[in-house]
Parts: sequence; structure tokens; C-alpha cells
Amino acid sequence: MRHVLSIMVANNAGVLGRIVGLFSRRAYNIDSLSVGTSEDQRFTRITVSLQGDNNVVDQIQKQLAKLVDVQDVLELKPEAAIYRELCLVKVEANATARPDIFNVATVFRANIIDVSTKTITMELTGDLNKIDAFIELMKPYGVLEVVRTGLTAISRGAGKH
Amino acid sequence: MQLKGAEILLECLLEQGVDTIFGYPGGRVLPIYDALYKYRDKLNHYLVSHEQGAAHAADGYARSTGKVGVCLATSGPGATNLVTGIATAYMDSSPMVAITGNVPVPMLGKDSFQEVDITGITMPVTKHNYIVKNVDDLAETIRSAFHIARSGRPGPVLVDIPSDVAMAISEFSSKRPIPAQYENARITPQKLNEAAELIHQAKKPLIFAGGGVVLSGASEELQEFAANINAPVCVSAMGISSFPTASDAYVGMLGMHGTAVANTLVSECDFLIAIGTRFSDRVVNNVSRFATGAKILHIDIDAAEIDKNILTAYSLVGDVKRVLSLLNPLLQKQDNPEWQTRIADLKTQYPQPKCTSQDLTGQYVIQRLSEIANPDAIFVTEVGQHQMWACQNLQLNRPRQFVTSGGLGTMGFGLGAAIGSAVAHPGTTVINIAGDGCFRMNHIELATAMEYDLPVIVVVLNNHVLGMVRQWQKLFFGKRYSSTNLHDKVTDFVKLAEAYGAAAFNVTTPDQVDETIKKAIALKKPVVINCEISGDESVFPMVPLGAGIGQFITKEAE
Repeated sequence: MRHVLSIMVANNAGVLGRIVGLFSRRAYNIDSLSVGTSEDQRFTRITVSLQGDNNVVDQIQKQLAKLVDVQDVLELKPEAAIYRELCLVKVEANATARPDIFNVATVFRANIIDVSTKTITMELTGDLNKIDAFIELMKPYGVLEVVRTGLTAISRGAGKH
Repeated sequence: MQLKGAEILLECLLEQGVDTIFGYPGGRVLPIYDALYKYRDKLNHYLVSHEQGAAHAADGYARSTGKVGVCLATSGPGATNLVTGIATAYMDSSPMVAITGNVPVPMLGKDSFQEVDITGITMPVTKHNYIVKNVDDLAETIRSAFHIARSGRPGPVLVDIPSDVAMAISEFSSKRPIPAQYENARITPQKLNEAAELIHQAKKPLIFAGGGVVLSGASEELQEFAANINAPVCVSAMGISSFPTASDAYVGMLGMHGTAVANTLVSECDFLIAIGTRFSDRVVNNVSRFATGAKILHIDIDAAEIDKNILTAYSLVGDVKRVLSLLNPLLQKQDNPEWQTRIADLKTQYPQPKCTSQDLTGQYVIQRLSEIANPDAIFVTEVGQHQMWACQNLQLNRPRQFVTSGGLGTMGFGLGAAIGSAVAHPGTTVINIAGDGCFRMNHIELATAMEYDLPVIVVVLNNHVLGMVRQWQKLFFGKRYSSTNLHDKVTDFVKLAEAYGAAAFNVTTPDQVDETIKKAIALKKPVVINCEISGDESVFPMVPLGAGIGQFITKEAE
């Protein structure tokens, strides 16, 4: 089962290595990882998407919380959070295929960000399923390149983190 | 005042109450050694033979005192030589600060001479680590390192100091150290009352004490707790010395080489109170067959230990000493006559083996050591059969009297740790119980013991084999003794010890044991006693891998 953890860490050198190292040495699998600044300059927010049962996720949270550089760990549960991922997709697109691709892009609210004589590049945001579905629909045209940021997430409503 | 980085480091050590450092100099740590020369009246530096010895000595110092042990090494190989010792301390939650020199900041990352990324290397085996790239951050970093090392669940912290930082000047003003902090917010009256209620409901309670009881100084609280609820006490290897071995309630070690009584009781109890322990696989063996009839109450400072190895029904997260001192007044004296009868029967069925002087065995030597040495003596061990015999046979009456590498099982730990213990306890007899394999690993530290006149007694239980590994080969690998015979080229340990200037004795018959031990203790100098024991002796009881902890074997034939 997928779980999403939001981890606030101090902006210290090597902090990403500490987080990633903990996952690998305790044999926890990461599906995706996204890292960026937060509303507080002192802290970086790391969003980790991972697979595991509740016990494993509970243990991961406790182990993360022990790291000196970790300020806070929170699980963002699907019912109380919004998950998003940014995906860039480059597909083969000759003049004939182009209108079809534009149509699918419109349905998915993907933006066309680059067009060449042979390709179209689009950007799309959404949760995992939406992006997977979009890539699936693009496959018949010839997907040349897929670049994904990994999942990032925020709590719904007034919830913090 | 304006000071060099190296002087700031030493001022911070003094601030933290440090007067002892174990270390080894080298190029990139020279500025610190230069400052140590200046501070030589205030800080005693013990020069070891190998950096691993410095780490083990700092660890032994910490384990035998409860204070933070400090070791110091140069960059590159000096730093990597500390790693085994740091990992050993980490596994057993021993408070340590390791300081390493490194190449100057502009040379970092260029594969400079003797450069190594020691913070990267030690990340998984330290509680935290730092590289200090600006001298203005040095003092606060050292203070944090000590605070982290001793707070909560203790552990090693490494601080890497590039040589230009050690030479740079910064403003320094002294600060009082922050006392160690323990997270006790989760111990609420409601949780305590619930725990007391559960304990009162138990008909067959068993207490299982781990190293956390020693670390938190909760031995007295544990004794009161055990008396209150009328429950027997078993221990993990790290929990040995947390409870007086002579007490009627004491049933010995639990686990793979635990006593028959403890292993049977844990399989029969209806309520297990695990205190300051992490349910190591050497205790639990087979998770699905451990304490199957029992509800478990787990008390530990580290929230991450709850439900890590064993799922427990109830837990109290906080400093063990604090938890027990709050819990004790809530408890009523319990009476569980049937359980007491069962315990007494088991003790009769499986009495503590008392060796006679028929054969010169490891257990016999350890029993005699325990009998003859001052009750205050500190016993250190290496790792292997002799260690398990020590766990099973030593009579101990106070915490921190027993120093052993439990979690990492580090062969070669003992002599360094004994040196650290002897430095911390002048005038106390310190005995390192060793096997010949372990002794061969780090006997070089005899030179350190000689140099500083430390009366460490090394008792080598010499069976000319790697006994524990050989025991597994004998029982589980069809007696194929692959690379466990050490006797092909016999090293004369007596001559070896004498080469270092230590006193040395050969013991080949049981009647020589008592006299030699007495002589060694009286000498008050480094002594090696080489005891020629049989290579075929095994450690029993033993629980084979995968078996339930109650399915111990007591003899080879079984």
C-alpha cells in the first residue's frame, strides 16, 4: 500500500544522504522522492512516496524522527491531502498525429510546452493515476522521453504540513 | 577570548568535564595534538597502538563510568580505523564523541593525501555526525556532539575537523554544559495506571531487563520493581550487571545461550515486562515462537524500539529510571504462589552448573576468577564462547561491572575496553576474559597498558580454535572445520606478553588456576594468563537458529 510522508529537515549539508541512507540500510523501498525549499528558509521539505504495511510505515516514521536533522515527520493520508506530480512527456508527432495528441492533452489539461517538426513535448500535473493514464494514451504515438518529479503533497484545509 | 580552533575544541572538552582522551596522532590532526601539548596538565591523552584501540578504550571508559568517552584520530586511515569501535558503541548505545582531523577545507573532495569522507562512512553507525567547515561553528558543534551523545538513548557522535579549521582563530567564551535530556512527555498518569493494572492482573509475570537499565542507572528501581511484583528477572547480555546475580529473583540470561530457567520461563509466562531492551535476534531467535503465551509490556527510551522486532500490546516510552520510579509506588505486593513454585522447580531441575576442578575448562576458570577477584572488580570480555561463559558464570553485584560487546559482537574489543575501564577506575582490578582468536586481533594494546602502567589482567582461554564458530561447524555444518583451527602455528602467548614487558603465566592444570589468579591480581601490572583449555568444549544451553527460545539443547548428543 502506498504511503506518503512529508519530512521537514534542517538545511544542513548531507541531510538528504542521511534520509536516503536510512531508507536503504533499513531496507525500506522508496517509490519517489521530491525535495525542495519550504515556507521556512531554515528547513527543506522532503516528500517520500513508499510502499509498506502500516507497521513498516510506523517504524520508518519513528526512525526518521530520531535523526537529529529531522524536525518533523508526518504521514499525509489520501483522504486528508492532495497529491501532485509534475510530468514532462516528449512524444513523436508528425503533422497527422498532432491534432489527436492535442485533443488528449486538452482532456488531461496538459500544456504543450514545445513543438518541433517531429515531436511534441507536454507538461502535466496530477496524481500518479492520471499521469500513468496519460502516458499510456501517448504510447501509440511513440513516447520518446518521460521525466517525472516524483510525488509531492500538501494537507487539505487548514491542516499544517 | 581569541583562540585557535584546536584550543577551542580542548576548551569545550574541559567544559564538558572531559579529562581523558584516547587517541593517535597524524598529519591532519597535528594542530589538535599541538594544542594538547599546551593543555597537557588538564587533559590526559592516552596514546594507543592502533586507532581501533582508542575507540574501544573510549567505549570501555564510557561503559564502566556512564560518562562520555572521547577518542581522537587523524584523517584517512586514522579515521577509518575508528569505525569498528564507533559501530560497536552505536550498537550498544554507548555515549562517545569521536574527533577526527581532516584535510583543509579547500582540499576536501579532491582525493587529497589521507582524505576520507568519514562523516559519509560513519553516517549509519553514529547517532549523528558533523564536519566543521567554519571555526566559528566549532564550539557549538562540540557542545551539541556531547549533548546528543549523552541524551535520550546514548550513542556515538563523530566530529570531523579539517586542519585549517583547527588552526583558524575565533572568539571563544565558555558555557556551562546542558544537562542530558530525556523525552518523558509520553509517560502520563493514565499510561502508568494502565500498566500497573496489567501487572496486577498477571499470574505469571517475568521481567526482562536490558542494557537500558544500566544506561539509565535504574538498577535500584528495578530491584524495587521486582520485589514489588514478586517476579523473576532475566537479562539480555547487555542487561547483565543491571540486577545482582546473587538475588533469588535472578534467573540469568535469556536467549540463544540463555539459562534453561530463563528460556523456559519466557515461554511459560503470561506477562513479560521488557525494560530497556530492543529484543535482539540473539534473545528472540524465532519471532513467531517467542513468549507466545504472554502479553508484553515494553518500557524503553527509544520510541522506535517499540514494535520494531516484537509486536507488543503495551508500551511506556521514556527514561527507564523515571518510568520505574513512577510505576513503583502504584504497585501492590503480588502473590503468585504457583508461579513461584514453578520457578523453584525449574531452578532445581536446571541448577547453575558448578564446575569442579577435574578439568581445566573455560567455565571453571571464569568461576574461579569470579570467586577470587574483589567483588568490585570490572570484568570485560572479547567475543565468542568465553564471552557466553562469562555471561553465564560471573557473579556481579553492581551495574557497569560488566563490559561486553553485545550488539556488534566485536572480536578484539576487550583489551581496549579494559584499558578504558582501568583508566577510569584506578586501583580497581580489571579482568579481560579473552579467547585466543580475539587476543590475537588486538594484543598490540598490551603496549598501551604497559606504557601507562594499567593493571589489566588478560585471561586467555586458549583452545587453539575459533571456538564459537567451530561449535556451529560441529553442530550445524557437519564438523567441517573450515578455517577455525588456530593451532597450526602455535603462538606462545607467554613469550608474546613478556615481549611487551607484561607479566605472563601458563596455566595447564586446574590446580594452578587459583594461585595464578591471586598472583596476577597482586602484581598490579599488566598480566596475561594463558589457560590451555580443550578445543572441543561447547557453550550450552544453545537454541538452534529458527527454534523457539524454549527449545534449547543442553548437550551435543541431543
